[in-house]
This record gives sequence, structure tokens and C-alpha cells, in this order.
Amino acid sequence: MLKGRAFKFGDSISTDHIIPGRYAHLRSNPPELAKHVLEDADPAFAAKVKPGDFVVAGNNFGLGSSREHAALVIKMAGVSAVLAKSTARIFFRNAINLGLPVLICDTAKINAGDELEIDLSAGTVKDITNGKELEFNKIPAVMLAILNCGGLIPYIKKYGSFKLE
Amino acid sequence: MGKTLAEKILSQKSQSEAKSGSIIIARVDLVFVQDTTGPLTVRQFQSSGFKRLANPTRSVLFMDHAAPSPNYGLSNDHKLLRDFSRQVGATVSEVGEGVCHQIVAESLAKPGDVIVGADSHTVTAGALGAFATGMGSTDVAIALALGETWLRVPESIKVLLSGNFPAGVYGKDLILYLIGQIGADGATYKALEFGGSGADNMSMSARLTIANMVVEAGAKAGLFASDKITQEYLAAQGRGKEYQPVSADDDAGYEKTTNIDIARLEPMIAKPHTVDNTAPVTEVRGTKINQVVIGTCTNGRLDDLALAASILQGKKRHPQTRLIIAPASRQVMLDSIQAGYIQTLIEAEAVILPPGCGPCLGLHQGVLGSGEVCLSTSNRNFKGRMGSPEAFIYLASPATAAASALTGEITDPREVI
Repeated sequence: MLKGRAFKFGDSISTDHIIPGRYAHLRSNPPELAKHVLEDADPAFAAKVKPGDFVVAGNNFGLGSSREHAALVIKMAGVSAVLAKSTARIFFRNAINLGLPVLICDTAKINAGDELEIDLSAGTVKDITNGKELEFNKIPAVMLAILNCGGLIPYIKKYGSFKLE
Repeated sequence: MGKTLAEKILSQKSQSEAKSGSIIIARVDLVFVQDTTGPLTVRQFQSSGFKRLANPTRSVLFMDHAAPSPNYGLSNDHKLLRDFSRQVGATVSEVGEGVCHQIVAESLAKPGDVIVGADSHTVTAGALGAFATGMGSTDVAIALALGETWLRVPESIKVLLSGNFPAGVYGKDLILYLIGQIGADGATYKALEFGGSGADNMSMSARLTIANMVVEAGAKAGLFASDKITQEYLAAQGRGKEYQPVSADDDAGYEKTTNIDIARLEPMIAKPHTVDNTAPVTEVRGTKINQVVIGTCTNGRLDDLALAASILQGKKRHPQTRLIIAPASRQVMLDSIQAGYIQTLIEAEAVILPPGCGPCLGLHQGVLGSGEVCLSTSNRNFKGRMGSPEAFIYLASPATAAASALTGEITDPREVI
């Protein structure tokens, strides 16, 4: 069970909002890089977010670059899951590969600051603050297996190669 | 039912019936990283416990995003990539050789290939009939180790092109128009497959520009069937033997078909701060600009620089507008020098950068200040992309960019050509 507060973002949050190219020189220093997480969308986010909290966004979250650092800095900030109406393809894959759950659901029903409780295996998001319960889209089996291992590297260490049912 | 281009290539590379929606494991013909995604790939490869690359000669590390390096943090990343290449036998494309996607097109990609790169614009090679897609560092690390990757076979949207380009309208205008029509997530998870008489007549350079930007509509791949133009391009690159015909079946199943009459297009521009915020150039005509960038993997090829040189020939840039040229590769740079374009552009008071990504991602070589306005031929105009989050980026064709460099404001290229 994941528990934390919702930090709301709008539609079309790009990888440049999440971690812009001007910080490329910090990419080999993830703790420094993570201080700038989502800086161009909400400059105060890095200071406010607490371990366990959630990034809750609109459509097409993570569009743009393939930079995995976008998913990495969100994970390093302690965020336990990203919830969005939809995400860009590469961001989705990158997040799962790092063991960061990305859940596609109707985030309009969640308000900023709401306390959320997420049951990954049941596929439900419970908004404790407003009492609403949401379902999120099923994650494809191969991605769920990667997520359950904690990411692609532990998955490959365990299985040696990709296993499709 | 027959197969789309994506289904055809992925069936062949997975030795299975790759129908849209299914998940397959495909062999990969080329795997690459660039200097801002590669260091994480190397660390993930090392932590995975693998010692060897599945295919060292088809594993390439490109130094293009920060080339030459502007600071020692990035210099250390370059060192890490060079050390790794020595350990495992991967190929390094050094500082000054050019942007990964241009070199992949010139020297590496061939029809029917599956290509994965740790850069979203890997889709560019779809112009040659390759299934090429961008992934993150960890996916690419595993592709380097295993020589294969898993893929969901995408549904395809057919983009049926007819007609020829009118004067002043180019491949860039077409792809900006399409992205404006379908939106920045209009093709998420899907392949865009270009066909019709308008695609058959299109130069390889225009195909590369179009395929390059399909990811700005969320697409996983942008594909052109291979044909006579592909064959001629490969032959001109000394790779004629690598040609093979790859096309979709006539009865392939598409999610939908979009028709575009190229003859009716006009010069297009993407306004700040999203690529799908498009308009005809005439709508923003007269907007003052501080910097013009012509180049990058989208529009840094020989014909792009030829077009800019023809517009700027014997003239000078506007005194309040900086003009930066970033040739996409060493070959483009050399050919442009031989053809006299570089001299023309320098005489027009342009700054010529070494082949590479230039200022496109806000790292160096033309970083925008707060409140500044840039017109660029690159592919992204997100807030903060090229420097200050308070800057404004417009995207357009090399012709619109060159015309605007002359006047210092956004200008319809049809007024000057």
C-alpha cells in the first residue's frame, strides 16, 4: 500500500519541465540533479515533496526527450508513484524500468494536497480527503513483472532475458 | 489481412506474427546512445552484470549533444563513454562528427532494420524504411547486452500524401501542419506510416525531417517504404548494396487514414511553448526575434544550408538578430564548404558551429536569455528547452528562418525567394 499527498500538475508537462537540458552537466550526479526536479513546472516542488508523495498530472505527462533522468529525479525525490490521465511512451517505459509506478487514471477527481492511498495489486486509488475511489488502467504483464522486480536491471538479473507469457 | 510496415519489419525481426497490439521480442540491428543519455546506460549495463556487448560493431556511442564539451562535468561523461568503448569494443562517434541521427542515416541505417537509440529522435531513421525508436538509458543498456528488446507492436496511422510542395513550403511545414492537426499526443504508442504519390516524390532529406518529428506527436515510429529514392540515397553514400525493398501490404489494416494535399500547404510555424501550437507563418508575421538557429538533426542537411545560403546570398542578417548555423554532420559541413554555402553564410554574418546538436537543448552554443525570442529549425520549443524558462521558441523551416534572419522579425519566406 502506497500513502502520501497529491502534488497536482497540468497537461503536457515535458521532460524539460521535469529536468531541463541546462542541468545536463549534473546528470552523473543524481542527488544534485534531483534538487531541480520539476523546477520549470513548480519551482517550490523539490522543497515541498516528502517521501511517499505522488505526482498527479493531466494528459501526456513526460512528453519530449528520452532522458531517463526525468523519471530518475522524480523517484529520487521520494515520489512513490506518478498518476496521470496519459503519459508519453518513453517516459512510461523509463519509469517502470526504474521501479517507479505510473498509473493511468482520471486524475481530475483528485485535488492538490489530497491524501491518497494506492493499492497496486488491486488497481485502486483511494482519495482519503474526498472519499472518492478510482481505478487505474491495467499495466501490461511484461511491465508489471519488471515493476514487481523493482526495475529492469533486477528483472534481467533474475531472469537473464525478457520473458513473455 | 496484410501487414503494415511496422508489422512487417517487426514480424521479420521477431520471427513471429507481429500484429498490432501484440508484445514481441525483436532482434535489434543497431543500438546507440548519445553523450547525455549514454553515461547512465553505461552504469546500468555495468550494474546488470553483463561484461560483453551482443554486437559491438553495431553498438555506437555518439558525442554530439555537448560537443566539444562546454564544462568538466560533461567532459567526465565523455571520458566515461570512451573508457567503456575501449572495454567492450563499442564504436565511438567523436566530437565533430555530427548528430547521431544524421550519421545513422548517412552510414548505418538500412531498410528493414530495427534500431533503438537512447534519444527520442531515433525515429529519424524511419525515413529509410527502418523501424527506429527512442528508449531510455536502461532499455538501451539491456539492448546492448542482449541484442534484443521487447516491443508492443504499434497500431499504424496512414498519412496519405498527394501533390507537390509549392514554392516556399518544405517537409518541415508538412510535419508541423500534421502535428498541429493531430496534437502532441495524437499518435502516442502508434506508428505514423507515410505514403501516397506525395511521399513517393519526396527527397530523402525531407523524409528525414518528417520522420524526425513524428515523436512530437507521441509516435513510436515514423515510417516510409523503401523505394528508388532510398536506393539512390544509399548508393550516393556508398551503401548501394544495403538496399532492400520494404513496403506495407496493400490490404494492411490501419487504425485510420489521414489525407494531406501538399500542394495546399503554406509555410507553418510552431509557437511557444508546445510543438502542436502551430499556425501559418503569416499569423505571427512581424514578431521580433533575437536569434535564428538553422541546423540540427531536423534541418541541418546540405539542402537546408543550400536553401539558407540562397536566401542570404549577398545580404546580411538583421543587426539585432544573431544567426547560428549548426550543420548536422561532418559530411554536411564539408559538402557545404565545397559548395560555397558556408562562405555565403559567414558573409551574411552567421556564426558557424561545429557539427552537432548546437543550441537545440540549451546546453551551450547559443543559450537564450530571459525574454529572448528564438526562431529555430530544430524540433522542440518547450519552456526552458534552449536556456531561460522565460525565453520564447518558434519552430519553422530553414527558408522561414533565413528570411527572418534578414528582417529581424518572423517573415514569410515566399516574400524573399
